Amino acid sequence: MNGFNAILRRDLTLAIRNQGEVMMVIAFFAIAATLFAFGVGPEANVQSRIASGVVWTTALLAALLSLERLFAVDYDDGTLDQLLLSGVEPVVLVLAKTLAHWLTTGVALLIAAPAVALGLQLPATGYGALMISLLLGTPILSLLGAVGAAIVLGARRGGVLLSLLLLPLYIPVLIFGAAAVEGAVLGMTTTAPYAVLGGLLILALTLCPWAAATALKHAVE
Amino acid sequence: MTIENFPTAVFCGENLSCRRGGRSVFTGLSFRVTSGEALVLRGPNGSGKTTLLRLMAGLARTASGTLTWNSGDIRDDGPAHGARLGFAGHLDAVKPALTVQENLSFWAELRGANQADVTQALEIFSMAHLANLPGRVLSAGQKHRVALARLLLGNTQLWLLDEPANTLDDIALNALRNVLGEHLQRGGIAVIASHGDALLAQANTLDLRHFIQNKPIMAAA
Repeated sequence: MNGFNAILRRDLTLAIRNQGEVMMVIAFFAIAATLFAFGVGPEANVQSRIASGVVWTTALLAALLSLERLFAVDYDDGTLDQLLLSGVEPVVLVLAKTLAHWLTTGVALLIAAPAVALGLQLPATGYGALMISLLLGTPILSLLGAVGAAIVLGARRGGVLLSLLLLPLYIPVLIFGAAAVEGAVLGMTTTAPYAVLGGLLILALTLCPWAAATALKHAVE
Repeated sequence: MTIENFPTAVFCGENLSCRRGGRSVFTGLSFRVTSGEALVLRGPNGSGKTTLLRLMAGLARTASGTLTWNSGDIRDDGPAHGARLGFAGHLDAVKPALTVQENLSFWAELRGANQADVTQALEIFSMAHLANLPGRVLSAGQKHRVALARLLLGNTQLWLLDEPANTLDDIALNALRNVLGEHLQRGGIAVIASHGDALLAQANTLDLRHFIQNKPIMAAA
């Protein structure tokens, strides 16, 4: 547990010192969503119709942008070797780093999401569902992302490879995340998409840390 | 820092061979080091000194052969082997955004050392005046001293050092000699890859040239 706290605290400190990285993710999120708004034109009906899908898609792409560096920085400067030799279980290492990633990128996306949704004229009834679905969905993005980021370590053009690897896996999260918001806007019950997202979160939490830990051990060989 | 001696230990490798990129690096390599002894690895560039150190750390995997610590296979408990070893490789694992003090405190926390240990380690490598400087402003030699100071945190019995004298000035080199001498005196074990001047007055030498894969079959015929 000592190791978990130490790694979590270190990663959060590094994220605060390198604020630019989180800011870039948020800026990407806002700009990509704005592109959609310009692309479909100013008609309020059209925008509010697609708002849920656009907010979710751009949030997902923004999260992806930050994942490449999750382990790569530690891998490049030798820290990953030292972490794996520090006596901390690799799974604990993955959990701590993934939680730190979610607390910075995931939470930042959550905070920015209402503003982005407002820009896309999401109807007022959709905001609650947007926040809940993002709250359940963004940790899944971080967990799956950790597996991908660990697998592409050491590969050339790892960023592109990471997108090819992760985007298909993100589809279920996108479908049910956007469905929750869509349902809330149309006045339907949103329990089902929440339940699926919750289930996916539990599944990701049980499988991803082990997969990522194994990939990390292979990466340093 | 605890002054007490280490328990007697034996670190053995038997019939080790290793392949990298489909090419055999060395085969049939065996060694044995016990408490208070140092083993110096020699050999030309590419003869596998770094690879052997990473095998010994448990970071890389052997193609065949076993590595044992007190007759227990090191792969049986990776985290336990990590906890007993200090590894100083080519990469210094110093975070540019953290101060020297913060860098070392993080590793101290992971390895169960305290702030007094960090202060002492900084003093031993004459870095007390650098404690509050961020890692990004350090020179290569200073970063390397931080990496060496990390060895003193957490009471590790087995030190694996890859060209530890690189980039060090005379003062730091002397500090390293003293620290190594004390480590061995306490019953520690050190394996050092080096092709420069001897760091230690007496040490067993393992020349990796003897274990390079035999010539092609034609030459044998």
